[in-house]
Amino acid sequence: MPQSGDLDMTRRGLLLGTAATAALTAAPFRAPARAATVGETAMPPPATRPATPVLTPVLSKVAFTVNGQRHDLELDTRTTLLDALREHLHLTGTKKGCDHGQCGACTVIVDGQRINACLTLAVMHEGGSVTTIEGLGTPAKLHPMQAAFVAHDGYQCGYCTPGQICSAVAMLDEIKAGVPSHVTADLTARPQATVDEYRERMSGNICRCGAYSNIVDAISDVARREA
Amino acid sequence: MKFDIPATTNPIDRLTVVGKPTDRIDGPLKTTGTATYAYEWHDVAPNAAYGWVIGSAIAKGRIASLDLEAAKAAPGVIAIVTADNAGPLGKGERNAATLLGGPEIEHYQQAVALVVAETFEQARAAASLVRIDYAPAQGAYDLAAAKGSAEKTKAGDSVVGDFTGAFAAAPVTLDQTYGTPDESHAMMEPHATLAVWEGDRLTVWTSNQMIDWTVTDLSETLKMPKEKVRVISPFIGGGFGGKLFLRADALLAALGARAAGRPVKVGLQRPLMINNTTHRPATIQRIRIGATRDGTITAIAHESWSGNLPGGAEETATDQTRLLYAGPNRLIGNRIATLDLPEGNALRAPGEAPGMMALEIAMDEMAEKLGLDPVEFRIRNDTQTDPADPDRPFSQRQLVQCLRIGAERFGWSKRNPQPGQVRDGRWLVGLGMAAAFRNNLLTKSAARVRLDRNGMVTVETDMTDIGTGSYTIIAQTAAEMMGVGLDKVAVRLGDSSFPVSAGSGGQWGANNSTAGVYAACVKLREAVAQRLGVNSADARFADGQVVAGNRRVPLAEAAGADGLSAEDGIEYGDLDKKYQQSTFGAHYVEAAVDSATGEIRVRRMLAVCAAGRILNPKSARSQVIGAMTMGVGAALMEELAIDKRAGFFVNHDLAGYEVPVHADIPHQEVIFLDETDPISSPMKAKGVGELGLCGVGAAVANAVHNATGVRVREYPITLDKILDRLPAVG
Repeated sequence: MPQSGDLDMTRRGLLLGTAATAALTAAPFRAPARAATVGETAMPPPATRPATPVLTPVLSKVAFTVNGQRHDLELDTRTTLLDALREHLHLTGTKKGCDHGQCGACTVIVDGQRINACLTLAVMHEGGSVTTIEGLGTPAKLHPMQAAFVAHDGYQCGYCTPGQICSAVAMLDEIKAGVPSHVTADLTARPQATVDEYRERMSGNICRCGAYSNIVDAISDVARREA
Repeated sequence: MKFDIPATTNPIDRLTVVGKPTDRIDGPLKTTGTATYAYEWHDVAPNAAYGWVIGSAIAKGRIASLDLEAAKAAPGVIAIVTADNAGPLGKGERNAATLLGGPEIEHYQQAVALVVAETFEQARAAASLVRIDYAPAQGAYDLAAAKGSAEKTKAGDSVVGDFTGAFAAAPVTLDQTYGTPDESHAMMEPHATLAVWEGDRLTVWTSNQMIDWTVTDLSETLKMPKEKVRVISPFIGGGFGGKLFLRADALLAALGARAAGRPVKVGLQRPLMINNTTHRPATIQRIRIGATRDGTITAIAHESWSGNLPGGAEETATDQTRLLYAGPNRLIGNRIATLDLPEGNALRAPGEAPGMMALEIAMDEMAEKLGLDPVEFRIRNDTQTDPADPDRPFSQRQLVQCLRIGAERFGWSKRNPQPGQVRDGRWLVGLGMAAAFRNNLLTKSAARVRLDRNGMVTVETDMTDIGTGSYTIIAQTAAEMMGVGLDKVAVRLGDSSFPVSAGSGGQWGANNSTAGVYAACVKLREAVAQRLGVNSADARFADGQVVAGNRRVPLAEAAGADGLSAEDGIEYGDLDKKYQQSTFGAHYVEAAVDSATGEIRVRRMLAVCAAGRILNPKSARSQVIGAMTMGVGAALMEELAIDKRAGFFVNHDLAGYEVPVHADIPHQEVIFLDETDPISSPMKAKGVGELGLCGVGAAVANAVHNATGVRVREYPITLDKILDRLPAVG
């Protein structure tokens, strides 16, 4: 187990790393004409540089279930839930599109709610229950939403698809649970299962191939059959 | 198989499998997360180390010093690759800038180092310790400023008749300039590669549209024999032209794996991608049209300016104007300036996509000047031959039919030609249309087809499926040719150990790759007939059987214990010289503009396409709606913003570079005309995946104009460009 001293050192390293990242972004804005050299990082020159930050990984134990199966892991605390799934559990159905919560390709269902797995650290999910695309259905036994995506051709390259499907499944549950959205006209009434609601609520899942029209058809199909 | 005379009746014409709307055969894999993409080959390389790419922090200049010490000492670091230690590298002919920069820097976020570590987190952390000092140089980053120094391109201008004289004499003229911005592919799967060395042999599992190009360019860059490089790419999470070429992920993974002495995988970090890879270059386009008062075009000129790195090509935004409309006096050409932005290159429908965005606004403006309906104006200027060569007909050209059918189905007759008149509550509503046009390109393509003793047909070709549906149309082709059901066909793609195909790009994939499979199947049918001792011309392949005269033999039995295999490809004669082969369509759009805020919403979209035989109407329709979606993005939101001092694209991720989301896109309609083109290939098909993008942006722009009366000639049409010119709210 890590000692508290290690944690302190790591925090300092983290802060240094953060400063360097900020400088990296800022550097190109300097007018080249006035700058003979542009340092990539904000670190001082070697003479005054502090001791090299210690970046020894801090490992932490965490246990959660994925698709009904319990996993006991010891992970670098920096590991996102997304990388825990993909790189440690080899559940690569959950996709990394941006790693910054911008695209939705990594959408999984955690404790009943859809989240971007890239925006959450694995160690935050002690005792949690994760459902990924692999947990919804298999090629031989498709979940109704997966089957509807195939039937309506609600995908092309397939890379956003697991995220779209996980998102769609959880999204229909949100409507059933009465959670309103930006396009819900009457916040005091139950939200309706309409294509406008689907489009609004699915807008965190980007599909660059542009299968949206078909995805909404697939979702509508499943919602109709569930109703 | 040489295809040099138009196709006659062949087994594909039976259309028992081909031409039927068919669910993708790879659908169950893609929808369950079991299709394996480039970064996901754990079973191949369970011990793969992780690479993190460092991009240059300047756009042009030199690396003054590079300090790797702290990074090397960081936990888990195995190797750091830079141009200093990578050994001598060549450059593939398809790359303008080198993929591993240093000491010279050619563009912002050109890769300058790869940090390889035991874990992803360690590689990322160590990369922050690499210290690089740069000596920046002045660069050119502003197309408008560089326009004056632009030069004519090697292709030269297309000059017909006397444009200047005819334009001066024309009673009705238009002379306008249009702008399209730099755009990004923004495919969902970042460029990614796993590289594995076995001795001096290299295998990369990557995400790439053109397998053979990449084998060629990777071996040239690494200065090693082509035979020792294998590229595998069975699933590709979108490409749109961004994965046509060898890129930094594959080169750096290979170099990293060599340095680390073990497999290495590299995914380009999303914030790095846009400046590190290629983009669609911005254009400035001047269009002049002269016409008689009845709307007959007498003079047309289209010039386009774009910029690129030295060695990069121009955006061929004027090319469709050579072919789309009649007119005896023509001046058409592209100009290129040197810019030090990241490399400009193909993005879905290069040339035509931005070119049609400009041309089809110009046609709308001209129709308005003439007092003609824009559909009618286009129909009046249709041509059935190449306008520069009346002896060269189009193989098929149903533009007029597309326009008319679209107008009827969309309710075009209800459009108020007077802009800014139609209200729906707070919304101003307008209809717009544009023609669609994209050339059909022929390129040779080969395949191997095996028949085993169970009657199973397996197709192998290095063709790729980038979401286009290649797996399925190739299976349909083999099923049709061999007379079996789709369940008896297996398709293996994206591996350089398979015969070289057309690959995916320029909407050439579907027609050429299936024609290659057709050729291989013809050969396999001959082998089957030969084994049965019958004349292949007399043998009929249907229902899993070969029927010849009185004999009826199951295909499995004909295959024999060892099975049969055949390899062949399609190559083309000069039918694309004798005939102009193009695809046509019409886009119709209804847009609503908030009368107070200028917010633009697309309400309805229809595309009518004439693109030869449609091999799988289901996936072809998806190609078109996807292109229409991308066209909405190009019209309304997509723009790489340039920092013109430092020379980079500022909005370099999926938060800053806005692409359409669900809420932006209405239900979309697509109609395919019943067409076969026997001049294109034995499949009688043509491309369709890019046609759907060509013109749609202008249709949106024209709908916004019809809704508001505001004409925007600088894409994207964001609300700030219309807000101060909207009709008074009342």
